[in-house]
Amino acid sequence: MKQSILRNNKFRYLLNTLAVVLLYLLIIFLTSGGILNRYQSNMFIQIGYNIILAVSLNLSCGFLGQLPLGHAGFMSVGAYASALFSMAVDLPVYIEFPAALLIGGIAAGITGIIIGLPALRLRGDYLAIITLGFGEIIRVVILNLKFTGGAFGLRGIEKHSSISWVFLCTVITIFVIHTLLKSRHGRAVISIREDEIAAEASGISLTYYKTVTFAISAFFAGVAGGLYAHYLCILDPSNFGFMKSVEILVMVVLGGLGSIIGSVVSASVLTVIPELLRSFADYRMVIYSLLLIIVMIFKPSGLFGRYDFSLGPAIDSAFRRIRGLILRKGGAKNK
Amino acid sequence: MTILNQIINGIQIGSIYALVALGYTMVYGIVKLINFAHGEIIMVGSYFTWYTMSRLGAPAWAAVLGAVVFCAVLGMVIEKVAYKPLRNYARISLLITAIGVSFFLQNAVQLIFKATPRMFQNIFPGSLKLGGMVFSMSAVVTIVVSVILMIGLSLLVKNTKIGKAMRAVSEDKDTAQLMGINVDHTISFTFGLGSGLAAIAAVLYCSSFYQIEPTMGSMLGLKAFVAAVLGGIGSISGAVLGGFVIGIAESLTKGYISSALADAIVFGILIVVLIIKPSGILGRPENEKV
Repeated sequence: MKQSILRNNKFRYLLNTLAVVLLYLLIIFLTSGGILNRYQSNMFIQIGYNIILAVSLNLSCGFLGQLPLGHAGFMSVGAYASALFSMAVDLPVYIEFPAALLIGGIAAGITGIIIGLPALRLRGDYLAIITLGFGEIIRVVILNLKFTGGAFGLRGIEKHSSISWVFLCTVITIFVIHTLLKSRHGRAVISIREDEIAAEASGISLTYYKTVTFAISAFFAGVAGGLYAHYLCILDPSNFGFMKSVEILVMVVLGGLGSIIGSVVSASVLTVIPELLRSFADYRMVIYSLLLIIVMIFKPSGLFGRYDFSLGPAIDSAFRRIRGLILRKGGAKNK
Repeated sequence: MTILNQIINGIQIGSIYALVALGYTMVYGIVKLINFAHGEIIMVGSYFTWYTMSRLGAPAWAAVLGAVVFCAVLGMVIEKVAYKPLRNYARISLLITAIGVSFFLQNAVQLIFKATPRMFQNIFPGSLKLGGMVFSMSAVVTIVVSVILMIGLSLLVKNTKIGKAMRAVSEDKDTAQLMGINVDHTISFTFGLGSGLAAIAAVLYCSSFYQIEPTMGSMLGLKAFVAAVLGGIGSISGAVLGGFVIGIAESLTKGYISSALADAIVFGILIVVLIIKPSGILGRPENEKV
């Protein structure tokens, strides 16, 4: 009986919504209840946009099976577009900020289509190289444009990214990408990862799905860029170099290619670890890189592999396990 | 500066790119890995030469020889420790490990020698007058040494036993093993050879640009890699051609268009070539099998 309730879709939506609200209340309690200081609270914002970056890259990397190395380029397009918009208009925050984020996302998405159409004709390492090239070109172009502030960076962006906004965006990103992957289109995307030739033979349009997935991935990277811009209030092109793309890729691969929960956990951990290691500031990057090599050597599929977590079945199996324990105990007593 | 000078400059930096690109292309040909740590090997080689010359007071030839041996051993050790355990896993894990190694080398050197750039003394002072034109000695040495090394390398790959083994392993690892080739030794040798070339490239680079820092390897490595892909990755003559094309394009852009846009133009050339001919200028197209 319990099984049927937990497998029921409506009930599961309710359960997930409840869990998200509880998590939000917990974060708000921790940050404004005086338990965490301002510095520690701000880390939730960093965790938030890093999760969005990692999950969106996982879509094109882990689920579509391509290897793009230019994610920071999309992030920078989104960051600059949304920052320039919010600096130009003067509206109430609850209209201006979502609109700015949306514009950032759309700008990045369009860039994704422009880059994706030629780049996705190539595969494997060549795709990696060509996206890397595009990422660097985006950075150099931003560096040389007048209205982006060039090498001095873009200053005077209003600080809009609060914990609530970032939390909302993170939840929406994960929800959209998760439901997309569970849909018919998601199965088409995954089938491309498994075998391109077989997918094409089954009537799946490779160009269409690759480009659209790439654009969605870029869109969310742009949104994350918008959050980043309105959190730091200064944009510097040198922060969006090749190393930033690699940093995001590391989050995805460490968590597990094709595991959303993996990306969420590893983005959170990899945001917090460098801060925890701050007291060993000199050694921290050395430790970080050694950690990366060791995890890869001993668990090449990433910490979570392709495992994905969902609340309903997890509670279900937990219940069953508890019931099994009680029944076994009861059986032992009867004897 | 005349256009001829710009081209000579381009050939000088291009031959350094070509030497580094040879390392990328050999490693890629044999284990299908974009060895991101290769750029860092150049950086380590530069620091080794700088340290032995200016701190230990060694003569230049000893420092260069030491750097070549040190980098070759370092390359082989990296392969044994970090890449070999992952040889049969997904290529992306190997790629991430390579990125990890590159991070590690960069930060380890930064920890030991600090992040401030160090000045490098000019090993090849003086200049050479030839037919009314003046060439700096470092340019002449760079071009001559690189050309000799490239010819030597292609002779090695074509005519020696180990060269034959390298070609066989890059064609088909399993079959090569069945024919009695020691695959591990061959891969190890390839890494050592590539890293040794990188060390020489490091010395040549330092003698023309006089300055070293822990992050110098990443952009140099990236451009050399672009050169390797441009020429057709896996092909030795392609790497050389790609190196010269990138070097001359960069030098002409810096001289006549804008030095800020040089990187963008280099990557732009790469993208155009990859879209028109995805396997590179001299690369062989790969057939797809079901």
